[in-house]
Amino acid sequence: MKILVCPLNGPRPVSEFAYGGSVRASPDPGSCTDAEWSDYVFNRAGSPGIKREWWCHIASGYWFIVERDTLRDVVLATFPADAARKGFIPPVPAP
Amino acid sequence: MMYRMESHPAEWIVRSAPLVFTFEGREVRGYEGDTISSALAGAGLPFLARSFKYHRPRSILSFANHDSNLLFQVDGVPNVRGDVVPLRAGMQVTAVNTFGGLAADKARILDRLARFLPVGFYYKAFHSRRHFPRWERLFRAITGLGVVSLDAPRQSTPKRYAFCDVLVIGAGRSGLAAALAASEAGAAVTLVDEGARPGGASAGSTGIQELVDAVQGAPRIQVLTGTEAAACYADLWVALVDNTRLTKMRARAVVLATGVIEQPAVFRNNDLPGVMLASAARSLVLRHRVAPGRRVVIVAANLEAYETCMILVAQGVSVAAIVDLRPERDADPQEPAVQDCASHGIELLRGSAPYAAVAGSDGVVAGLDVAPFDVVNGADAARVRRLECDAVLMSIGWAAAAQLLYHAGGRTRFDDGLQQFIPEEVPDGMFVAGRVNGVFEPQGRLADGRRAGLLAAAHAGFGSAAAVPAVVPRSGRRPSHAFPIVDHPQAKNFVDFDEDLQVRDLENAVQEGFDSSELLKRYSTVGMGPSQGKHSHLNALRVLARARRLGPGELGLTTARPMYHPVPIKLLAGRSFHVERRTPVDADHAAQGAVWMPAGNWRRPEYYARAGESREQSIAAEVAAVRSSLGLIDVGTLGKIEIYGPQAGLFLDRAYTGRFSDLRVGMTRYGLMVDESGVVVDDGVVARLAPEAYYFTTTTGGSATVFRELLRLNALWGLDCALVNVTGHRAGFNFAGPRSREVLQSLCDIDLGEAAFPYLGVREARVAGVPARLMRVGFVGELGYEIHVAAGSACAVWRALLAAGQPHGIRPFGVEAQRVLRLEKGHLIVGQDTDGLTDPLEANAAWAVSMKKPYFVGQRSLRILKARGPRQLLVGIEIDDPARIPRECHLVIQDGDIAGRVTSIVRSATLGKAIGLAMVVPALAATGTRLTIRGDGGEPIAAAVVPTPFYDPRGERQKAPGAA
Repeated sequence: MKILVCPLNGPRPVSEFAYGGSVRASPDPGSCTDAEWSDYVFNRAGSPGIKREWWCHIASGYWFIVERDTLRDVVLATFPADAARKGFIPPVPAP
Repeated sequence: MMYRMESHPAEWIVRSAPLVFTFEGREVRGYEGDTISSALAGAGLPFLARSFKYHRPRSILSFANHDSNLLFQVDGVPNVRGDVVPLRAGMQVTAVNTFGGLAADKARILDRLARFLPVGFYYKAFHSRRHFPRWERLFRAITGLGVVSLDAPRQSTPKRYAFCDVLVIGAGRSGLAAALAASEAGAAVTLVDEGARPGGASAGSTGIQELVDAVQGAPRIQVLTGTEAAACYADLWVALVDNTRLTKMRARAVVLATGVIEQPAVFRNNDLPGVMLASAARSLVLRHRVAPGRRVVIVAANLEAYETCMILVAQGVSVAAIVDLRPERDADPQEPAVQDCASHGIELLRGSAPYAAVAGSDGVVAGLDVAPFDVVNGADAARVRRLECDAVLMSIGWAAAAQLLYHAGGRTRFDDGLQQFIPEEVPDGMFVAGRVNGVFEPQGRLADGRRAGLLAAAHAGFGSAAAVPAVVPRSGRRPSHAFPIVDHPQAKNFVDFDEDLQVRDLENAVQEGFDSSELLKRYSTVGMGPSQGKHSHLNALRVLARARRLGPGELGLTTARPMYHPVPIKLLAGRSFHVERRTPVDADHAAQGAVWMPAGNWRRPEYYARAGESREQSIAAEVAAVRSSLGLIDVGTLGKIEIYGPQAGLFLDRAYTGRFSDLRVGMTRYGLMVDESGVVVDDGVVARLAPEAYYFTTTTGGSATVFRELLRLNALWGLDCALVNVTGHRAGFNFAGPRSREVLQSLCDIDLGEAAFPYLGVREARVAGVPARLMRVGFVGELGYEIHVAAGSACAVWRALLAAGQPHGIRPFGVEAQRVLRLEKGHLIVGQDTDGLTDPLEANAAWAVSMKKPYFVGQRSLRILKARGPRQLLVGIEIDDPARIPRECHLVIQDGDIAGRVTSIVRSATLGKAIGLAMVVPALAATGTRLTIRGDGGEPIAAAVVPTPFYDPRGERQKAPGAA
């Protein structure tokens, strides 16, 4: 079982976490077209690669963001959720 | 014929502790320290088992946990591995897969019918559907392993979690060195080995005992013998399996010192009893004092063959000849062990190969026909010479035990010099050492183990990797022959002993087009037996490579998956454990006759059974009690959430479709939640307790996921508010019926009058002396109060309410009565009357959506959906004939097409008719429209669209007490 490093709780087995979808910027609902909005709601990029995802530590109810390379199945970095609002800090490259 | 030798100081068996057991009903003697196989072999039995397909006599091949032919039925337990399972007194051992016992097995005729059992037989013979069942029964019976007893007692096996800095797998020379080095660096080390004692294949060799003693005296090293590392999963979680349990070991670093697995030579009758791997003979002689025979021939292609020869000679076993596949110049003539053999007068036949083994009258090998051999031309059948012998030992090469490396995602490449797959890409935190790493010399293995141990310790945070040599030179030896396979026109030259596959079978499979490693495996079943190819993959690959005129490295091995060794499924099985939540008054429900039903994770009373009442009568009586007087239902399963903060109202405005920032303190409002695409996902009641405090409920099924999603939205938006999930902290009851106000007033310390506590109000009060939050709700369509109290006080309040209602004929009511009551009011249930595509406009809930708000989740999508118009609408329906009612999910049919479906249906005693909700196309949604519903068996059922609520359409009863 994989270990995920929660920014609040430290390294924990992945069974303690729930996946919450990818982190995506919403288009401005006031100005975007119906097509742009539908694309945002319904379409996801499924190709393997580096993804930013929402993950929740279930027991503590703590949401945070995981940067993950789905091609290599490696977690590159984890961020507190406010990173999504304040702009991401570049992750430390894996050794 | 094998026999027990005289005692020796280093033997593992205890001569003073003889053990008596039975084999095939016959009494046999062994010793404490024997395995089942060594005891049987030591007792001189000519053969111990029958093979899987041809029922050929078989005996020991590997003696290394992959003797798949030596699986026994022991005391009713099937498929016990004879080569590793310790002997116990009184064991009742029988061979598996025989008809009429081992010696007289009637199925041995199959050996003569091999010609008619070609590769892929199943695919070919079972082609006809007419004959399949007969063939299947026949083959299920004659091929197979042990018998599973259906009366076997249920066993629960414990699981253990363990942690270490460095896990060293394999306690041979390199593993011992690695454990010592890692421990010296300060790491906590666990050293595991599947063998009964540390030392691995090297046990008994020079210098090993000193190393074992050093490890056992070292600090921070835990040694687990008799323990297999069965699988390696993500982030170095390694499944350790011993006799009794599975240990889930999480290591910071892993040293793989798993060594190599000896491979058989492939020649005619290489499966005869008495033909075995040289490593098997070494273990038998040194540990259990069982000699392979009185006149031994060694088939050789490496230095280890000569070392084995000298060990046997030193132990008093007579070696007649060494048949070396290699030409003279490649046969290590300068090595001391080779010269020793020569000086002992042992005949050396170089450039020769076994052409066929010959069986004696007892079925055991009695001779070996040898012939001149080279890799290009094979054996020269014209110049065969017979060597008399009663044992043939094969020492021609090895395969890396790299399975755990593959489990962890590592990769190997084929090294032509070593004729072995060696690590190429090793996962982070894993370090490979010793022979599995291609390092064969004893000193090199020590150095390689030390290197890997230090690197693993450094990876775990102990010491530095800087000073550690990156690599130890790989072997200059050629420990494995490139093509130890000898063709024979009469075949029976076995590649796979588990599945009885000959060279010809594999060649035929390749000719039939199954010419990649993976296809060949699946078509021929090579490597699919219990040993999972431990002794067959490499030779099968060589056969395939020759047929394809490619190198083994260009074809590659098949994927290795867990488990490395077979693991009894009882060790893997978890407990039967279903998570089920219960409300604080669960025991009271049971005492009152609750019949349970699942609701989300919860169990809830479906209804309360009473003596003399049918299920329908009980439900009808519960409904009638609420309508006429008083009822009480446990709604503690609802999700219950509190939100505090200056922006709590704003948060709810954004999370729900309705507006809550303008809700007056002391009032509640229905809350509807949609997702980003505008689909209804949850609903509940939101109460404002204070300007910056709200209390709200979610559906029973959504209580966990809705709260989690709200937390995510709060993390995303960063508003100044905080959510608390009090679902488990608080109990909730709905106390409903025309008498609810007067009865509750008698228990309550606040004024419940219509003016002081209006419909949709929320109040803090004491009920039966317990602090409670009261909400006036109308879900069931009568005057009613939801009473929320701390879970610890729940039973007291529940009992007080029932006692106070007793004079008024109160009944506790269950989920089924509530479904009837709410349907009479036309209230929808999210998830029953809506599905994964239903938006609020379609669910007739546009009144709960405030599109004027600046933003809420799903608002933009709802704008699009509103402009597009609904595709379906939820409507009330009334069935013409209450005797013939449809079921939920029955379809509405219009002009032969599906035009909707029934989402809820009940027979309402209150109204005297059958009513329901249906999702229909807009064209059928107008009041008065006639509907045709397709009932069970296809018969049409007539219904009409009617307005909702069906009951008390003006909502007077939930406001005024006692109204008729």
